[in-house]
This record gives sequence, C-alpha cells and structure tokens, in this order.
Amino acid sequence: MPKMNLSHFEASMLFALFTSIVLGIITKRTDRERVRYAAYCFACFVGATVGLSWLMYLGHG
Amino acid sequence: MSFQYRAGSPQRPNEGLLSNKAVYDKLKLMAETTANDAQPPASKWAAVLALAWLIPGGGHFLLKRPGRGGLLAASVAAMFLLGLMMRGALFQPQTGDILTTVIYCGGFLGNVMSGILYLFTVWLGYNQPDTAGHVHDYGTKFLVAAGLLNILAMVDAFEIATGKKD
Repeated sequence: MPKMNLSHFEASMLFALFTSIVLGIITKRTDRERVRYAAYCFACFVGATVGLSWLMYLGHG
Repeated sequence: MSFQYRAGSPQRPNEGLLSNKAVYDKLKLMAETTANDAQPPASKWAAVLALAWLIPGGGHFLLKRPGRGGLLAASVAAMFLLGLMMRGALFQPQTGDILTTVIYCGGFLGNVMSGILYLFTVWLGYNQPDTAGHVHDYGTKFLVAAGLLNILAMVDAFEIATGKKD
C-alpha cells in the first residue's frame, strides 16, 4: 500500500470532509437538509482549523 | 362572554363529556402509543445492527437505503484507508492507570468498530508500531475515527430498523 505524506492542513481537511458527510447523513431527514448541514459542519471544521492555527501561530511568539 | 345552545347549531350540550366508547378508544390509543414506545423485538434490528458493524453502510443497504448506505460506506472506508496509508497504529487493549486504560481500550474499541476493514487489516498482518511523526499520528486518529463514524452509521441504521426514523 502506498504511503501518504500529508500536511496538517490536508489531513485535517480530509478528516473534516468525511466527518461532515456522515454527520449530514445521519442527523437530517431530507436530502436538502443533509447537504446544507454537511456543508455547515465542513465550514465549522475549516473555521475552527484556521482559527486555532492562527491562535497557535500568534501564541507561539 | 357566554355561549348559549341554540337549536340547529352544530354544538350540542354534553359534547365535552366522553361516551363509554370514546373513553375506550382513547385508552386503546394510549395503550398502543405506549406499546410503540417500547423497545421492538431484537429480531427486527439485530441483523441490521450486525451487518452495519461488519460492513460499513451495510445496514442501510439491508434497509433499502442504498444512497445513504453508499455514502456512509465510502466515507468510513476512505477514512480507514487513509489511516492505513498514513501508517497509523492500531491499538491493543492495555490496562494500568486510568488514562492508559481509557486511551488503549477506547482506541481498540474504535478500531474494532470499523468491522470488516479492521478484521482484514489484522488478518493480512498489518502491524505498524507507534512511531513519532505527525503523519503517523493523523493515521492513528483516522483509523479510530473511521470506527466512530461507523458507530454513528450503526445508530442511524438501528433507528431506521425500529421505525424511529425514515
């Protein structure tokens, strides 16, 4: 099996993508709601990743 | 404000009082509602739950929800395969202090919940030691997260099988 070398950002985005899909599928009842919720979760993941990254960068001194 | 009964009006006196048949119907409805809230028999959901564990998304396929089942299967499998390609480590249950027990037993359960993906990985001899490095670390987390996502899929399949959800 090939070995992957991903950056922190790439790995966290992949994690966010698949987790958002599953959360969207299991929590909502219509397809439209599912897509919207999955997109919302993904946006939250990305926002949290970028926000925490900046926090760590600025806090690092 | 007061209301008076007039001949010919649709409202009759004593309409608020329930007849014996109405009381019987209401009690019957309440009994049926309580019966519906009770746990359905295991024969209705056990096979679905077992298949949902063994094959991610399989429970949804069994319940004739192929679209959702396919997406769940793809997501869990992709997460697990990415974990393997990042050379993540699989947990073995260990006991000791509370933190060790929670991490290693919890991680082991998370791995096992991926079903056939985990079983094949172990059968084919995957044995990655826990090495330092952020890619390995992400891989280990991806392997556990795949199992956790499959637990969510199993709960969803269970709710569909028991009629709590469409």
